Amino acid sequence: MFYRESGDFKKTYQEDGQTFPIRFDRWRYWVILAIAFLVFPFFMNDYFANAVMIPFLVWAIAALGLNILTGYCGQLSLGTGGFMAVGAYATYKIMTAFPGMDMFSVIILSGFVTAGVGVLFGLPSLRIKGFYLAVATLAAQFFLIWLFNKVPWFYNNSASGQINAPERDIFGIVITGPHATPLATYLFCLIVAVALAWVARNLTRGRLGRSWMAIRDMDIAAEIIGVNPLKAKLSAFAVSSFFVGVAGSLLFSVYLGAAEVTDTFGINVSFMVLFMIIIGGLGSIFGSFVGAAFMVLMPVLLKNILVGGLGWPTDLAAHLEYIIVGGLIIIFLIVEPHGLAQMARVLKEKLRLWPFPH
Amino acid sequence: MKFKQIATVALTTLAVSAPVAADLMFPSLSYRTGPYASGGIPFADGYADFFTMLNERDGGIGGEKAVVEECETGFSTPKGVECYEATKNNGALVYQPLSTGITYQLIPKASADGIPVLSSGYGRTASADGTIFPWVFNFPTNYWAGASRIINHIIDNDGALEGKSVALLYHNSGYGKEPIRTLEALAEKHGFNFTKLAVDHPGQEQKSQWLQIRRERPDYLLMWGWGVMNQVAMQEAANIRYPMENFYGIWWSGTELDVLPGMASHGYKAANFSVVGSDFPIYDELQKHVIDKGLAAGDGSSVGSVIYNRGLYAGMVVAEAVRTAQAMHGVSNITPAMMRDGLEALNMNADAYARNGMSGFGPDFQITCEDHGGTQMAIIQEWDGKSQEWKMIGDFEAPDMDVIGPLIQADSEAYAKENDITRRDC
Repeated sequence: MFYRESGDFKKTYQEDGQTFPIRFDRWRYWVILAIAFLVFPFFMNDYFANAVMIPFLVWAIAALGLNILTGYCGQLSLGTGGFMAVGAYATYKIMTAFPGMDMFSVIILSGFVTAGVGVLFGLPSLRIKGFYLAVATLAAQFFLIWLFNKVPWFYNNSASGQINAPERDIFGIVITGPHATPLATYLFCLIVAVALAWVARNLTRGRLGRSWMAIRDMDIAAEIIGVNPLKAKLSAFAVSSFFVGVAGSLLFSVYLGAAEVTDTFGINVSFMVLFMIIIGGLGSIFGSFVGAAFMVLMPVLLKNILVGGLGWPTDLAAHLEYIIVGGLIIIFLIVEPHGLAQMARVLKEKLRLWPFPH
Repeated sequence: MKFKQIATVALTTLAVSAPVAADLMFPSLSYRTGPYASGGIPFADGYADFFTMLNERDGGIGGEKAVVEECETGFSTPKGVECYEATKNNGALVYQPLSTGITYQLIPKASADGIPVLSSGYGRTASADGTIFPWVFNFPTNYWAGASRIINHIIDNDGALEGKSVALLYHNSGYGKEPIRTLEALAEKHGFNFTKLAVDHPGQEQKSQWLQIRRERPDYLLMWGWGVMNQVAMQEAANIRYPMENFYGIWWSGTELDVLPGMASHGYKAANFSVVGSDFPIYDELQKHVIDKGLAAGDGSSVGSVIYNRGLYAGMVVAEAVRTAQAMHGVSNITPAMMRDGLEALNMNADAYARNGMSGFGPDFQITCEDHGGTQMAIIQEWDGKSQEWKMIGDFEAPDMDVIGPLIQADSEAYAKENDITRRDC
C-alpha cells in the first residue's frame, strides 16, 4: 500500500547509495520540504513564526549538533548551553564589529568560532570517557557562562550585561531586529536548518561518520582497525560545536533578539537538548527534529489548549504542563527506549510488509 | 510523524486565533510558578483586582470594560517572548512584564509593533529618555534612582561615606547588574569603596558571598534580589549577625516574605515607590466590589501585601493613562497609539491619587514627550520586628540627578547608535 518496492531496481551505484533508497521515503522527504518551503510561508504570521516554527528549527539544529557528538560519536556532553552561548556572543561581537556583514556569513563565522572552542574543550575526551567526560563538559558549561558574565568586553560594556541584536540583512532583506518580517526570519532559519541537516546526514554516511560510529561502538577495536581516535573525537567535537554554535547564534539574533547569558544559556538548556536527542533518538537525524518538536512544541500546545482553549488559570496550566510533558517523556521511554526515531523505524518496517506480514 | 507534526502545528494555530476583543486589553505577563512566584503572584493579583474593581464599580474605564489576559512566563525570557507574540494581536494596550530580562526583549519588538511598554521600577533605566524610546516608559522611578536614593539616605543619616565600604549583593542577571554603573559613579563621587557580589539564578546558593561579607565586613550592604534569593540572604545575614540597620534592599527585596520572624530582621530597610499598608479608601472599594463578591484573583491571600500594593499601583497608573487618552482623543475605545499619547501626557498629581482613593500612594510626577521617567522619587521603608510590619521612614525624595542624568544620556545614546535610531524632536 504505502511502500511499493517491487520493480524498484537500482541500476547504478549512485542510485543504490542515495540517502533515501526507497521511493516512498524519497517522496515523503520531498513533500515535507515542499510543505516547509511552499505551503507554510503562506500561513506565516508573527505567532506561528516566533513561538512555533523558529524555536523548533533552532532547537532542532542544536539537537543535531549534540546528536553528532553524543549519538554518533558516543561522547556525552553537558556543555551544549555554554557552546550555544559562545555562538551567540560571537554573533554579537561580529555583528557589532562589522556592521556591513550579511547574516549568513555572521552565523557561519560564529559556528567556526564555536567549533574552535569546542575542540579546546574536547581535548579531555582523549583521556576520559563516559560520565567523567560529562563532568568535564559540565565544567565547560559553567566556565563559559561565568566568562560571559565576568568580562564586559563580550557584551560591549552594556549596563545590564544583556546583548541586543542590531538590525542586519541579506541582500536587503531584514533578518534580525524588530523590523524583520516573520516570513524572512522563518525562511532564513529553514534554509540554515535544511542545509545543516543535509550536511549532517551526508557526513554521518561518509568516512568521517563511520569513524565516529566506530569510536562510539568500541574505541579500542576502532583503534585497532586504524581509526585515529584523536582525529575522530576532535572532529566530532568540532562539527558538533559548529552546529550548536549556529543554533546559539540563531537563538540570539533571529529568535530572541536579545539575550542574557545565565537565563538563556544556563545548564537547563544543556539538559533540554540532551532530552531532545534521547527522546528523539540517539544517532538519528530525523530523531533530532522530532525530539526538538516534542520538547519545544508540546509545552506551547498544552498551554494553548489548557489556557486558550479551556480557560484554566495560568498557574494551574503551567504546573500541569510540567506533569504532562514529564509523564509523556517517561511513557515514551518505557514504550520505546530508543526514542521516537526507533518508533518510526519500526512503523516503517511494519508498513513495508503490510498488509501481508508473513 | 509528519502528520503528527502538522497536526500539532495546526492545533497550535487554531488554539491561539482568539477573536479580537473590543474591550480594553491589558495583557499580564505574570509568573505564578517558579522560584520568583513569591513576588509574581501578589503583583499579578493586585493588577487583576484593580481592573476587576473598575469593571464592577464603574463598568470599566470610560464605559469600556477592562480585560486582563494573563500569560504565564515563569520569569523566563523566551516564554515572555512567546506570551508577547500570543497576546499582542488581541488589541493589547500596554505591557508590564515585571521582569527586566523580558523588558529588554520587548523594547525593540514593541517599539516596532507600536505597543507601549511600562516598566515601573525595573527594566532599562535609559528608557526614561523619551526622545530615544518613544514607546517605553519607566516612571515613577528606576534602579539607578533607587541606588542613589539609598546612598543619599545613608549619607543623610550616618554622615559622609568617605573611606567607607559598600557592597552590592545582586542577582546575576540584567536586573541585578543594572545599578552597578550608578554605584560605581557614586563611589567615585562620594569616595567609598564599592564591592560587587553576584548571586546566580535562582539564588539559593550564597555561601561563598556571605563568607566574603563576613571576612570583609562592608560598612553597608545593598541587595538587588528577587524571589527566593531574598529569603536566603536574610537568613545568612542573621547567621553572621550582620547589622540589620546597615542592610538595604531595593523595592523587590522589601516584602513581608523577605524578612525573618521575630526581631532577627529588625531595622532592615528597603527603597520603595508605592507605599505599604492597606489604610487607603481604595481598600474599602476593593473589599466591597471584588473581595466580598469572591472575584479576587488568585487565592486572595496576598491582599494588602507590599507587592500587591505595587500591582494596584501599576493598574492605577495605567487606568489614569487610559482616562487621559480617552479625554485627549475623544473616543472611549482607544488604540495602543492613543494609549501611548495618554501615558506621555500622564499627570499624577495629588488630585489624581485622591480620585483613585490612593492619596500619598506614590510620588507626584508629570510625564512629557522627553521625560518618560517622571520625578524618579523613592521612599525608604524599615522593617519593625516588634510590630512585624513595614514602616515608611522619611518621604519621597529625588535621587542625585547630577550623577544619573548624564548616565541616562550616555546609555540612551549608546542604544540609539547601536540600533540606528535618530533622536525625535519633542
